[in-house]
Amino acid sequence: MQDLVISPGLAKNFRRNFVEQIIEVGLLLSAVVAVFITSAIVYILVVEAIPFFQHVSLYDFLTDTVWTPNYSIKHYGIMALVSGTLTTTIIALIVAVPLGTITAIYLSEFASHKTRETIKPILELLVGVPTVVFGYFALMLVTPLIQKIYPDLTTFNMLGPGIVMGIMIVPYIASVSEDAMRAVPMAMREGAYAMGATRFQTAIRVIAPAATSGIVASYILAVSRAVGETMIVAIAAGQQPNFTFNPVESAATITAYIVSVALGDLEHGTVGYQSIFAAGLTLLIMTLFLNILGHWTRKKFSERY
Amino acid sequence: MVASKKKRFNDTIKAESKDLDFYYADGTQALKKVNLAVYENKITALIGPSGCGKSTFLRSFNRMHDLYPGNRYDGQIILYPDNTNILAKKVDPIEVRMRISMVFQKPNPFPKSIYENVAYGLRVRGERNKHTLDDKVEEALKGASLWEEVKDRLYDLAFNLSGGQQQRLCIARALATEPEIMLFDEPTSALDPIATVNIEELMSELKEKLSILIVTHNMQQAARISDYTAYMYLGELVEHDLTDQIFTNPSKKETEDYITGKFG
Repeated sequence: MQDLVISPGLAKNFRRNFVEQIIEVGLLLSAVVAVFITSAIVYILVVEAIPFFQHVSLYDFLTDTVWTPNYSIKHYGIMALVSGTLTTTIIALIVAVPLGTITAIYLSEFASHKTRETIKPILELLVGVPTVVFGYFALMLVTPLIQKIYPDLTTFNMLGPGIVMGIMIVPYIASVSEDAMRAVPMAMREGAYAMGATRFQTAIRVIAPAATSGIVASYILAVSRAVGETMIVAIAAGQQPNFTFNPVESAATITAYIVSVALGDLEHGTVGYQSIFAAGLTLLIMTLFLNILGHWTRKKFSERY
Repeated sequence: MVASKKKRFNDTIKAESKDLDFYYADGTQALKKVNLAVYENKITALIGPSGCGKSTFLRSFNRMHDLYPGNRYDGQIILYPDNTNILAKKVDPIEVRMRISMVFQKPNPFPKSIYENVAYGLRVRGERNKHTLDDKVEEALKGASLWEEVKDRLYDLAFNLSGGQQQRLCIARALATEPEIMLFDEPTSALDPIATVNIEELMSELKEKLSILIVTHNMQQAARISDYTAYMYLGELVEHDLTDQIFTNPSKKETEDYITGKFG
């Protein structure tokens, strides 16, 4: 048998391999940054929330319905804030889900190429409007308008900001859902049209079901966005923690509370100060839960076509 | 050149194109003065090399081209016994598609259950009665020789079927609304040989009830199943005759070259 050698031309190129490895490490590091920041946030929230829970029992935190960290008799019932967050979010969804879905169906299935290319960028511009502006829009325009129909409405309420938040998240739903529907293969549309279906029947009975996973993902994205929204509710919903699901009352959301504390209402190191970490943790768990739910629904409804 | 030599056969004409021109939105002319008849209870096969316009021709019959802006037809496709030019502006393409259904190259079931796939066309027409739906779905699935395989899992997702079963499901779906003409656009090109035989046998049964126009790349398939064959090249109809005639004694040199494999 012939002795084998490594011919110089086929030998491993150390320089090239070295450069490759440097690049690989660089890429890994950038990927790790996001993971690290997330872990750091969770770590700080948990560590700072521990002293809070040494003063306030978890049971009281979850069951008490009064949140008064700066009164003489202090209550730390997170539900007073959760109710505000949930109410404004639900109002926002009642506005955004139908409006966003219908917009997506129109853009994907009905609009001509030119119309779509005109409307979509304008719609996406809404995403770029600073939320402070939306907050004043709610306070100065939407609430007074509702007051014309319903005069008993207080200046600070959850209905106005809820509606405005809904308008704010319409582009998220419309844009992501439209992408999902347009990704449905043309063969599916042709199949439906060939059966004598109208555009509307095709859109509702074939395209929307085929794009369910993407549409659901857009809803989850929108919910997460609404739950985390701060400025609109801080400006227009009032900042009084109030355990209520009545949209015409004023209330504070978790985010609005955190922002007011962060602005310096409470002294460093006090239980009240620590409470923002507990509130932040609650918010994080809520959004985490929503993301898991979104991931799960996307998997469950994902269609093969 | 074809118009003058147009043949008339003894069968009844179900639909025919008259001087049909077709232009895509970018201006390319895909069909040039095509005159071709589809006969009742017969299978007409369209053969020819890729890009010859056979699919374009087929898709004109149920106004599929209307889905894309800028496409333009000239000439007529007359549907009998209505004696109506189905390409006319006043004709509703949806009504046309209700009577002339289509099966595509790649099986394209909807993301729904087997039952709902077949019921789709009926629901689109406003049928709500559960018993009528059940009966028609069963009848259509039987018509597509799929009933025995799926009767115990009608509510399973259609995607769980094999490719051949999916294609038969698409045929059942098209069949449920009792069309007069069924268009097949290379229905077996994505299927294995056994599934292909099943579909071919099915087509031979179906022609008892309706007229069939099929585009195929497979010349043996055209020879096996069709009664008439038309050979197209570069958007023109070169020859249209009884299948036996075309395959044994074509009158045009081009047809012969294509069939014998010298070209194509």
